[in-house]
Amino acid sequence: MDRIPILRMGEFLLVTIQVDMHDQLALTLQDDLSERISACSSKGVLIDISALDMVDSFIGRMIGNISGLSKIMDADTVLVGMQPAVAITLVELGLTLPGVITALNVERGMTLLRARLDHQ
Amino acid sequence: MIVRDSGTQPVRIEQDVVLARHTVRRLAVECGLRLIDQTKIVTAASELARNTVVYGGGGDMDWEILEDGARHGLRLVFRDEGPGIADMKLAMTDGWTSGNGLGLGLTGAKRLVGDFDIDSRPGVGTRITIARWT
Ligand SMILES: Nc1ncnc2c1ncn2[C@@H]1O[C@H](COP(=O)(O)OP(=O)(O)O)[C@@H](O)[C@H]1O
Ligand SMILES: [Mg+2]
Repeated sequence: MDRIPILRMGEFLLVTIQVDMHDQLALTLQDDLSERISACSSKGVLIDISALDMVDSFIGRMIGNISGLSKIMDADTVLVGMQPAVAITLVELGLTLPGVITALNVERGMTLLRARLDHQ
Repeated sequence: MIVRDSGTQPVRIEQDVVLARHTVRRLAVECGLRLIDQTKIVTAASELARNTVVYGGGGDMDWEILEDGARHGLRLVFRDEGPGIADMKLAMTDGWTSGNGLGLGLTGAKRLVGDFDIDSRPGVGTRITIARWT
């Protein structure tokens, strides 16, 4: 079965979503991530969706779930690289992604995560 | 109004939802829809295709590229012969789901496209037509 790779970058995890995910793949990613957060004692997760040309309510729910899960496990989630057309469409769809932090790109997301760590 | 091109593809399994998204993107580009409008109809199609698979027990997507004077449009029909929608008012309520979704598929799809028409009969099936114009 195919999987979305999770990269470890020091105390953070980076997930770059490069394929148009079918639903099972999204669910597998959710499970894999919670395992890795725990195994690596990660303090933050970066989800790069710059390659995604659409986010529907299923993928949106997965992003929300990952953010909620990581919070319980004491890690922050930052969603990076959302294309403007995707952002506008999400709002109209009615998906608000409460509590999900966003950043323009991976670099800024990383800076954001570091700053949050330093604050603790 | 002229139908310039049309076709049908199956929406039976989860992977078909991904294929439907790809087809709709390609057709939306072909129609000359702007990027934002492409994204809106692709997202709406993804929601409706998933419903066809999950709730409708599988069905088909018909597509048509339309021309009306200077305007071009993409029309999609998602149809299944599943259980149908018993309470339409409830189904068309933001946040309501009979399964474990977010309950934003139908209402969200309606907001994302210009034309939205739903015809569902319990025991007969569901047919949802959407269109987006340039
Ligand atoms: N093709 C269909 N056949 C039967 N019921 C449907 C169909 N599409 C939608 N529904 C019903 O409408 C409800 C709302 O759908 P939707 O807004 O997409 O939310 P969700 O998919 O999150 O449940 C579904 O939970 C289901 O009960
Ligand atoms: Mg749905």
